[in-house]
Amino acid sequence: MKITIDAEKCCAAGQCVLVAPEVFDQRDEDGVVVLLDAEPPAEQHDAVREAAAICPAAVIEVQE
Amino acid sequence: MTARPIAVVGASAAGITAAEALRRAGWDGPLTLIGDEPHLPYDRPPLSKQLLHGAWEPERLLLRSKEQIDPLSLDLRLGTRATGLDVATRTLTLDDGERLTCAGVIIATGVAARTLPAADGLAGVFTLRTLDDALALRDRLSGGVRRLVVVGNGVLGCEAAAVARELGHEVTLIGRQPVPMVAAVGAGIGELLAEEHAARGVRLLTGEVAEFEAASDPAPGAPAQVGGVRLADGSRLPADLVLLAIGSEPAVSWLTDPALDTTDGLGCDAYCAAAPGIYAAGDVARWEHPLHGRPLRFEHRMNATEQAMAAARNLVAELTAERAAEADDPAEGDGPSAGDGPGEADGTAAGAKRPERRPFAPVPYFWSDQYGLKLQAYGLTAGADQVETTVLDHDARRAVALFGRDGRAVGVLACALPPRQIRALRAAVATPLPWEEARDRVREGTTAG
Repeated sequence: MKITIDAEKCCAAGQCVLVAPEVFDQRDEDGVVVLLDAEPPAEQHDAVREAAAICPAAVIEVQE
Repeated sequence: MTARPIAVVGASAAGITAAEALRRAGWDGPLTLIGDEPHLPYDRPPLSKQLLHGAWEPERLLLRSKEQIDPLSLDLRLGTRATGLDVATRTLTLDDGERLTCAGVIIATGVAARTLPAADGLAGVFTLRTLDDALALRDRLSGGVRRLVVVGNGVLGCEAAAVARELGHEVTLIGRQPVPMVAAVGAGIGELLAEEHAARGVRLLTGEVAEFEAASDPAPGAPAQVGGVRLADGSRLPADLVLLAIGSEPAVSWLTDPALDTTDGLGCDAYCAAAPGIYAAGDVARWEHPLHGRPLRFEHRMNATEQAMAAARNLVAELTAERAAEADDPAEGDGPSAGDGPGEADGTAAGAKRPERRPFAPVPYFWSDQYGLKLQAYGLTAGADQVETTVLDHDARRAVALFGRDGRAVGVLACALPPRQIRALRAAVATPLPWEEARDRVREGTTAG
């Protein structure tokens, strides 16, 4: 699994961090997404798919 | 017998999310996605923000690329409108006359912008719901300063007013409520935002539109162009352009089957089911939130995705159970069943993994961007009977508001607060807590950082 993000589209909802806190974080100043692990281990994959699906700005793209 | 499809009606955020979630939940049968707009699924929140401003072009709003859509193996029907649904047989009628008998249906037709009959036929009067709406308005906001009257001071009207003002236009924002966005953000934060709009040069008025006036010099053969707005108190606002941002109507007029409740959107149970095999998601869906104990309907972007995922999972669970019941019932069997061994093995392997329907119990979330200010809310803000606003920094418009109903805290909203801090406040309203307890948590959350 490889994750790419389009941070410029991020609306700082933080939903990805709620779903997959080991893979996503937010910048302190404006809440924009920070990708912690672009190629997360298998046990994170379900959470990452969920985060990508739930993101209200369609920022997260997952390639498998 | 050819396999019946699941049809998703509505190809916006909820629709495309439902289609993806159906595949993830294991639906490998035919899947039809029906959208009345000609565009591939696109995102709406930027319409009144980055797109209207000109910072983004339409391609940036696409929710999925063609490469992401292709693997879903969709029967994608764009520019197609559903005109009817027979609930008992789960049969859709489309505007091209086709009848589509489905295994299941997810309705995600959203809402349509409300208009005023008085403005019918007048050029220069816009709504802002679709990409085409936004591009048309954007086009008229380019090339010179315009006098724009925004009718309606809810969230959409305020966002559009902010963008038009940033672009240098003369903007008047008129609403029935003296405080803009009061229903969504409460009076305290609404007043703070009113100050910001005024400081930025927006003229804020309270009143009601009585009629629209045509410009005195219409070009020959051209439709009459709006020239002004007359208010109920008799005053007149000159206008080159008018934006109607007066709310929306759920797109349910095509749902006439009496088995459906369409009094305010499409009524659903806690599982987002409107009837057996018929689910709804997004702006159009009114459902019984299990924690709040009353029917709710949200026109929020976050809810579109979350509810679409829930509805898709629950529909697949229902269809799986339906199939299992048919397989268990010899009278219904239409051929040799896969497992023809002794009865004890029947269905148990599948049963172990059989998905269960789950009530949809989200913590709602919405945001708005105006000028540099970000509003973020968790829980319920509309319908509160108690609002307590704490202004943390007046000049920076930094504030937090807690919303209560029947003595319990149900929502929290932050203006210009670091998003990490507001996320920490989410816990205070994830389940309705006693007011005092939630208030203490919000105080801790906003003083800690």
